[in-house]
Amino acid sequence: MTATTVDVTRRDFLYVATGAMGGVGVVAVAWPFIDQMNPSAAVLALSSTEVDLSPVAVGQQVVVKWRGHPLFVRHRNAKEIADAKAVAVSDLPDPLARNANLPDSAPATDANREIKAEWLILVGVCTHLGCTPTGFEGDYGGWLCHCHGSQYDTAGRIRKGPAPQNLAVPPYSFLSDTRIKVG
Amino acid sequence: MSGQSTYTPKTGLEKWIDQRLPLPRLMHDTMTTFPTPRNLNIWYTFGGILTFCLGVQIVTGIVLAMHYVPNADLAFDSVESIMRDVNYGWLVRYIHSTGASMFFLAVYIHMFRGLYYGSYKAPRELIWIIGVLIYVLMMATAFFGYVLPWGQMSFWGATVITSLFSSIDQVIPHLGTAITTWLWGDFAVGDATLNRFFSLHYLLPFIIAGVVGLHIWALHVPGNNNPLGIDVKSPQDTVPFHPYYTVKDAFYLCCFVVLFAVFVFYAPDFFGNPDNSIKANPLVTPPDIVPEWYLLPFYAMLRSIPQKLLGVLVLVGSLVTLVFIPWLDTSRVRSCRFRPLMKQFFWAFAVDCVILGYCGSQSVDATAFGVPLVWVARLGTLYYFGYFWVLMPIIGLIETPKKLPASIAQSVLGEPAAAPAE
Repeated sequence: MTATTVDVTRRDFLYVATGAMGGVGVVAVAWPFIDQMNPSAAVLALSSTEVDLSPVAVGQQVVVKWRGHPLFVRHRNAKEIADAKAVAVSDLPDPLARNANLPDSAPATDANREIKAEWLILVGVCTHLGCTPTGFEGDYGGWLCHCHGSQYDTAGRIRKGPAPQNLAVPPYSFLSDTRIKVG
Repeated sequence: MSGQSTYTPKTGLEKWIDQRLPLPRLMHDTMTTFPTPRNLNIWYTFGGILTFCLGVQIVTGIVLAMHYVPNADLAFDSVESIMRDVNYGWLVRYIHSTGASMFFLAVYIHMFRGLYYGSYKAPRELIWIIGVLIYVLMMATAFFGYVLPWGQMSFWGATVITSLFSSIDQVIPHLGTAITTWLWGDFAVGDATLNRFFSLHYLLPFIIAGVVGLHIWALHVPGNNNPLGIDVKSPQDTVPFHPYYTVKDAFYLCCFVVLFAVFVFYAPDFFGNPDNSIKANPLVTPPDIVPEWYLLPFYAMLRSIPQKLLGVLVLVGSLVTLVFIPWLDTSRVRSCRFRPLMKQFFWAFAVDCVILGYCGSQSVDATAFGVPLVWVARLGTLYYFGYFWVLMPIIGLIETPKKLPASIAQSVLGEPAAAPAE
């Protein structure tokens, strides 16, 4: 009887070992088929874009393309800056700056949303479902997303509607007073 | 009703085949002698119509794929070339684009038919659930297909729908973004996205065809439900599928094709959106993003919720709910013909779906009679979920159904002549 017990145990071990190896094999084969859908190194290697700020007058916004997304470059006037600075962070639905140039925990004060107060550089992708919001519209004078009604203020912070986050600030730096490099 | 086979091979060849691959026997038993309730009405012809629609989409789709180029730079122009240069390309494309709408029209009638006559109730739960799966696959296929012409609505529709997954970020940070990037194959909807959507748009109809096979297989175990919702009790309650229902289905299919042709030849762009005649522009979102009409009620529910994750959960929940209907309906009686209370709520539900559809077609800040439509949509969403999760279980318990007829035959042929008083 002892011999039988040993046989069964060995067989069970072989079943489990075979099954486990098979499982590892399936995962190993499945991963390339899943990962092929991710952006390739060529896509990831993109891309920085330089933007010339000199033609953008006070109160204007230009939209340029960066990594396939629209990029808002807005030259804010004094009132827009003052409006944005007047808001307490505690009144904001999203209290984080969402600024790639700052730590993740930076609060969403107006100063944390830009490098120079008059230049607001934002990724023009509504944080709700990815539409491009329209500038100078909505209750807060910033952006209104027509898709589902999200409203952003003049610092690109979400104020009303379904979007959960402030418009993202991309990594960028000033090359000169009138030129920035994004990405 | 999947009883004994009545097939008898007549010729030597038929006998030879029957012993090796009994396909003729299967066709004979399921499409010729299959006993079918004798009281099926017009609303039971849509199963056949839907099979026809699937066939039309596959045939026209294969032809379109011969001329279409799945490349972000060339796709829009290749569709224009199909419309202008390819011989009869305009006809094939209009049949395909109108066909999608006709497909959904038929499937909605088919589903409401099932809801009204209680076709989802035991023992037909799996038929219903497989049907819900087909419906979801249809929506996915239609979505992928709508992206292919690479117009403004294609592009922004793809952006919005794939961005639904980014709401997962609110549960597990960065996972949602990782999923959308994986779906796109890029930082945004682009060439990689278009190519994979084309591949999947070509694949899914064949998956649907396979699942339709399961749907029909499951149907042929208990057999058809019928407008009375009572079981078949004797052979007198049924007629053979052929010629009775082959002819009936064929007649109503012809009527359906007439309607189909009216749209193809007289109003081919009726269901379309003019913004999709503008080539995709990743920098400009159209003022109003509107999905195709058949997705509007779900879009309205999504939009009515002012919180991203919750909105997406409501959208997903509205579809998942359908799976549970067989167990949410507590009534012993299937057909709404004998359910005076449920019948009223059923029609209110149908109206609710239309109202939701209207809300979805309007811009976010629109009003009707001074009422913001977003609030109308919220009430509509409440009724949608309330109908299934609250009304269905409760009404099934409190409602007194009308008296059911003794049998299908008695109901169709009248009471027996001499029925003495008891």
